[in-house]
Amino acid sequence: MAKSKGLSVKTIVAIGIGSALFAILGRFGSIPSGIPNTNIETTYALLALFALLYGPYAGLLIGLIGHTLKDAIFYGQPWFSWVIASGIVGLVLGIIAGKIRIHDGEFGSRGIIRFNVAQVVANALAWFVVAPVLDILIYAEPANKVFTQGLVAGIANIVTVAVIGTLLAAAYSKTRTKQGSLTREA
Amino acid sequence: MSTKMLTYTNLDSPIHRLNGVTKLIFFVVWSVTAMITYDTRCLLGMLILGLLALKISRVAFRQYAFVLGFIAVFFLLNEIAVFLFSPMQGTELYGTRHDLVHLAGRYTLTWEQLFYQFNIALKYAVVIPMALLFLLTTDPSEFAASLNRVGASYKLAYSVSIALRYLPDIQQDYHNISFSAQARGIDMSRKEKLSRRLKNAVSILIPLILTSVDRIDRISAAMELRGFGRKGKRTWYKTRPFTGMDYTALAILSAIVVASFSLTFSDGSRFYNIFQ
Repeated sequence: MAKSKGLSVKTIVAIGIGSALFAILGRFGSIPSGIPNTNIETTYALLALFALLYGPYAGLLIGLIGHTLKDAIFYGQPWFSWVIASGIVGLVLGIIAGKIRIHDGEFGSRGIIRFNVAQVVANALAWFVVAPVLDILIYAEPANKVFTQGLVAGIANIVTVAVIGTLLAAAYSKTRTKQGSLTREA
Repeated sequence: MSTKMLTYTNLDSPIHRLNGVTKLIFFVVWSVTAMITYDTRCLLGMLILGLLALKISRVAFRQYAFVLGFIAVFFLLNEIAVFLFSPMQGTELYGTRHDLVHLAGRYTLTWEQLFYQFNIALKYAVVIPMALLFLLTTDPSEFAASLNRVGASYKLAYSVSIALRYLPDIQQDYHNISFSAQARGIDMSRKEKLSRRLKNAVSILIPLILTSVDRIDRISAAMELRGFGRKGKRTWYKTRPFTGMDYTALAILSAIVVASFSLTFSDGSRFYNIFQ
C-alpha cells in the first residue's frame, strides 16, 4: 500500500470503524461479572486488538473518539477523565505491542506474552493513575473514592483483555497467511 | 429492533441554523469552563442559560427523555459513592464544619458536605443541555466539515465522519450476530456461569471483528482508488458560511467565559465558600 503524507488511508478508516465498534460494544457488550457495579467491558478487548493491528495513533484516537461517542449518544454526556484514560490505553498498548507482526499471522507464545505485558502496563497507567488523577483535578472528587474505582475498573479491564483480547488476537492471526508458509513441491 | 440513541433531526430553529463550527466551539468551551469552575453562582447561571438554549431549540422532550434516566442513575450512584468514601471532603475543602446530623461511625452529615455534593451534581448537570443540543441539532456531515474548519486535519475529520456514518450499520451487525448466536444457545446474560459468558462473548466478537476488518479493507481500498489523502486540503459539501447569528453566539460565549472566570477567581479559589 502506497504511503501518503501523515496517516495512511487504512489508519483513517480503521479509526472511524474502530470508534463505531468501541461505542457499540461499550453500550451493548458489557457482561455482568457478578460483582456489583463492575462489568466485563468487552469493548476494551476490541480497543486492545485494534491498537495491536493499526498502531498507537489509531489506538489513541479510537479510545478518545469511541469513548466520547459512546458516552455522548447513549448516555448524554462524556465523562472526560475516563475518555482520556481510554485514549491512553490505546496509545500505550500500540506503542509497546506494535512490534508483533500479527498481520503476518505471527502470534505465538512470545507474541501473547508481549501483548499481555503491554496491556497490563497500558491499563495500569490509565486506570490506576490517569483516570483518578484527572477525576481529582477536574471534578475534585475524593481521592480514596476515585482510586478505588480506578483500581476495580483497571483490574476488570486487565482480566478482560487478558482473556478476550488474547483469544481475539489469536483468532485473527489464524485468518492471516504466515510469511514463508509456502513450500516448494519437489 | 431499534435501540434509542441521540440523533440529529432536521428542524428549523435559531440553534439549528447556527454553523456547526459555532456549535462545536460552544460545546467544547462550555464544557471546559464547567470543568474548571467550582463556583456555585457561575454553575447555576450556566445551567439556566443552558436550559434556555434547550428551550429555544424546540427539540422534542421525548427525543432525549431516555438519557435522563441513565444520567439520574449515574448521578445518584456517584453521589452515594462520594459520601461513602469521603464524608468529610466538604469540610476539608471549605475549612469549616457545621454538623447536620450524626449517622453512624465516621458518617456525619455536614452542611459543607451537602453543599460540596450539590456542586458536583451541578457541575455535571451544566454540561448536559449543551451536550444534548450539540448532538441533536448538528448534522453529522456538517460536523466533520466543522472539525476541519476549527483546525483538525481533514483526515481526522474524516475518521469521525466514518464513525458516525457506520455506527448504525455496526449496531445492526452486532444485533444480527448476537441474535443468531442466541438462537444457537450462546448466552451472555447472568443465566450463564462467568467463564462460559466470557467464552460466549468471544464467539460473538470474532465474527463482528472479522467483518469489520474486511470492511476497513474495502472502504480504504475504495478511498485510495479515488485518490483520498493525496492533497493537503479538501473542500466540503456541507460547509456553510458564518452569519451574524454565529458571531453573536460566539460573543455571548466569550462573555460567559469572562464572567465565569472573573467571578470564580475573584476570591483566589476555585470554590465558592458560603461558610466564611
